[in-house]
Amino acid sequence: MSTKKITVTINGETRSAEVEPRLLLVHFIRENLSLTGTHIGCDTSNCGACTVLLDGRSVKSCTVLAVQADGKNIVTIEGMAQGAQLHPLQEGFKEEHGLQCGFCTPGMIMRAADLLAHNPNPTEEEIRWGISGNLCRCTGYNNIVKAIQYAAEKIRDTGRESIPFTTHHPTETTA
Amino acid sequence: MFCNTPKEISGMGHGMKRKEDARFIQGKGHYVDDIKLPGMLYMDIVRSPYAYAKIKKIDASRALAIPGVLAVITGRDLEKYNLHWMPTLMSDTQMVLPTDTVMYYSQEVCAIIATERYIAADGVAAVEVEYEPMKPIVDPHKSMDPNAPILRPDKGKTDNHIWHWEVGDRNATDRVMANADIVVKEQIYIPRIHVASIETCGCVASFDPVEGKLTMYMTTQAPHAIRTVVALVAGHVGLSEEKIRVVSPDIGGGFGGKVPVYPGYVIAIAASVLIGKPVKWIEDRMENLQADSFARDYHMSCELAANKDGRIQALRIKTLADHGYTDAAANPSKFPAGMFSIVTGSYDYNTAFTEMDAVYTNKAPGGVAYRCSFRVTEAVHAIERMVDVLAMKVGKDPAQLRMENFIKKDQFPYKSALGWEYDSGDYHAALKKAMDIIGYDALRREQAEKRQRGELMGIGISSFTEIVGAGPSRHFDILGIKMFDSCEIRVHPTGKAIARLGTKSQGQGHETTYAQIIAQELGIPAEHIQIEEGDTDTAPYGLGTYASRSTPTAGAAAAIAARKLRDKARKIAAYLLEVSEEDLEWDVNKFFVKGAPEKAKTIQEIVFASYTNHPLGMEAGFEATHYYDPPNLTFPFGSYICVVDIDKETGEIKIRRFVAVDDCGNIINPMIVEGQIHGGLTQGLAPAMFEELIYDEDGNMLNGSLMDYLVPTAVESPKWETDKTITPCPHHPIGAKGVGESPTVGAPPAIANAIVDALSHLGVTHIDIPITPQKVWNILREKGMVETV
Repeated sequence: MSTKKITVTINGETRSAEVEPRLLLVHFIRENLSLTGTHIGCDTSNCGACTVLLDGRSVKSCTVLAVQADGKNIVTIEGMAQGAQLHPLQEGFKEEHGLQCGFCTPGMIMRAADLLAHNPNPTEEEIRWGISGNLCRCTGYNNIVKAIQYAAEKIRDTGRESIPFTTHHPTETTA
Repeated sequence: MFCNTPKEISGMGHGMKRKEDARFIQGKGHYVDDIKLPGMLYMDIVRSPYAYAKIKKIDASRALAIPGVLAVITGRDLEKYNLHWMPTLMSDTQMVLPTDTVMYYSQEVCAIIATERYIAADGVAAVEVEYEPMKPIVDPHKSMDPNAPILRPDKGKTDNHIWHWEVGDRNATDRVMANADIVVKEQIYIPRIHVASIETCGCVASFDPVEGKLTMYMTTQAPHAIRTVVALVAGHVGLSEEKIRVVSPDIGGGFGGKVPVYPGYVIAIAASVLIGKPVKWIEDRMENLQADSFARDYHMSCELAANKDGRIQALRIKTLADHGYTDAAANPSKFPAGMFSIVTGSYDYNTAFTEMDAVYTNKAPGGVAYRCSFRVTEAVHAIERMVDVLAMKVGKDPAQLRMENFIKKDQFPYKSALGWEYDSGDYHAALKKAMDIIGYDALRREQAEKRQRGELMGIGISSFTEIVGAGPSRHFDILGIKMFDSCEIRVHPTGKAIARLGTKSQGQGHETTYAQIIAQELGIPAEHIQIEEGDTDTAPYGLGTYASRSTPTAGAAAAIAARKLRDKARKIAAYLLEVSEEDLEWDVNKFFVKGAPEKAKTIQEIVFASYTNHPLGMEAGFEATHYYDPPNLTFPFGSYICVVDIDKETGEIKIRRFVAVDDCGNIINPMIVEGQIHGGLTQGLAPAMFEELIYDEDGNMLNGSLMDYLVPTAVESPKWETDKTITPCPHHPIGAKGVGESPTVGAPPAIANAIVDALSHLGVTHIDIPITPQKVWNILREKGMVETV
């Protein structure tokens, strides 16, 4: 099968690869780039475990082709902490016990990052609707809502960006 | 609540933040699909589009022509090695791959082995299979018709009956029923559902031809049991148990669905052994929903007898269990219907009889537990619904009727009509607390007013008794292996520890809670106790995590192993302080001399001495192991109250409030317990209102993807309100009972009772779950409440 060269910026780093046009973005991220924090939970774009940020908006990476991400800026769960400093959402999920098995957690966090970037002070109902494209089977959602509220407050208090690496763009270099 | 260690130590009762979270929140969890081994191949599976068909021909030539497709494995290939069949955990048999007939929709037909994931999928699409479809049995009620096809002639069967099981006194129950003032009856169906953990099942089978060793990375809740099963199934081809290592990495939710051995695992092993390279198989969501073990599917005829005041006198239940094409449940061997005989519930009466017949149909095999202890959910739903039906019949408030029938606190230990010894309980206190929190009396007044105005509002109660922690070895085994569990603790010279256990966390937070148990007993900070599970080469043998058994079994083993170490610590402290052991007293993390507290040795000093200055004649080091065989099961309980508002124009059901009061005995980590209750409540809401696996008359599954199988989101899931009572378990070393499944068991009848209650003035006594707006709207229309066009 023919391949196409794509270049993306992922978590602030520029990476290029030859990929089949049919390759899903989630497989590109997990297999080609070995960033396995982004998970796969379904085949129908319902569970949201594969959510990443594409040019600052949350997308389900099982529903995007890798070639569609060419020239774009991707942030995954691995790009959320700044060194040893956790992102407020990561902190919130731990502090408020917003996770159990952890499988949906990266997708939830990436979706919530988009939510808070566009609505810094959401109501509980806005949070519940905001994450309704992401399924969790362990927590019953109460504490996920609290985790996002925790992060919203922290982001408002500290002025930290909800989405890191938003100013980075792909360059011509090859990874 | 029991909590007597400082936060730095974080023993029992501390809401310690979870140790495992650091990796999960940073995308550094290690799940099976994250494993990549050198030379690894990928497997994908061709599945049947028919529920029942002869395989006339499998033509793999086009698949094999695809570059990168290395092999196509059929049942005929496995037959050469006698690997085409395998035992189920219920001593039934199941095809690994068929040689001539497929028995259910989405059954494995053959497997493709390829160099890449996408190429394996191309191979699946290129295989041509010629089938001769046959008329399947879909309705279990028709399974025993005289003219029904015999589905399991391979077992020498002459009908489709699997087993009959009964318990209780049939004659006495018949007598009481015949003479009772009141007998209420309902047909209750608990539909087929699926655990749908967010991570599907999968494995990497890695056979090393030089060492002759198989390493099996897989999503299993019971790694040791799997190792033994693999040794039993594949022993004849040279896989002996010391050459098998099962590694269960991080698991993305289990809920019972990751207990069985699925054909895909066995095919992957066979492929790895034959080819000599690692083989990865990760099922997709549709395969997961359509072919992996289902839960429930019980058709129950329920009768409850009482005197005219509503005092319960007897219970009789006859159940038809649809197991699909093979009994692939995961119950203890002697309990084909699991713990269903907990069905007498939280009530005091001494006459009951329950019988059950299991049958084969052309559906996927099962059934596993869906976050409950072996069929307890079915049992609790039956009794909690029937108690409400009785309350309606006698015209009593369902809370009052429950209070009048509960087993009283001073009756424990209580022998139930079907033979269980309930160890402890205070059912009145739990229901009273739930009623106080929700404002029960005011809600009933509001409901009466709303009814006057024609508005629909309902209040539902569920006062459940669970039975978990399997289990005592005299009764409980899986394939003959007794259901003990184990813990091995090693404390290093600097006073830091590692503990390994025979269970396997799938989100329960074992890395934190087991550390807290050991911290409680030894005074070593929980932060410095590393917990390891899931690697059969290193962990002591255990039966795994399901049926809320981890805390009742392995948690107890951890406490007792730690106590063995504390006994050793006392000896060393006596030696170091030059006093007799009797002169010493323990306080949190040190032994001190009675009457002279300044003369003390901390656990760290004692451990160091065990490596550097141990008494002559004493074994050096600081290690202990315990295999814990529980004397009884544990009986968590609780009372839940749900309030619903129903839109009478659309049938839409809104849960306004849901209060859950749980009693799981002494609490290890209140944050984790509350989190488990929240999650279990949403998994109780799911079958109550949304989830059901639906088949058409040809045996096709109609909703086998997450587009159509409705797992609740944050929008459907209400804001849960939780509280607790604490009745310590009298026979467990730390007084704990287990909690993860109570809410899944207790929530469905509370929700169903609330919805039925909202419609009870219209003469509605029962609605099968899932109770959807459509079902409610149809009832409202029948009752003339909705204007139809």
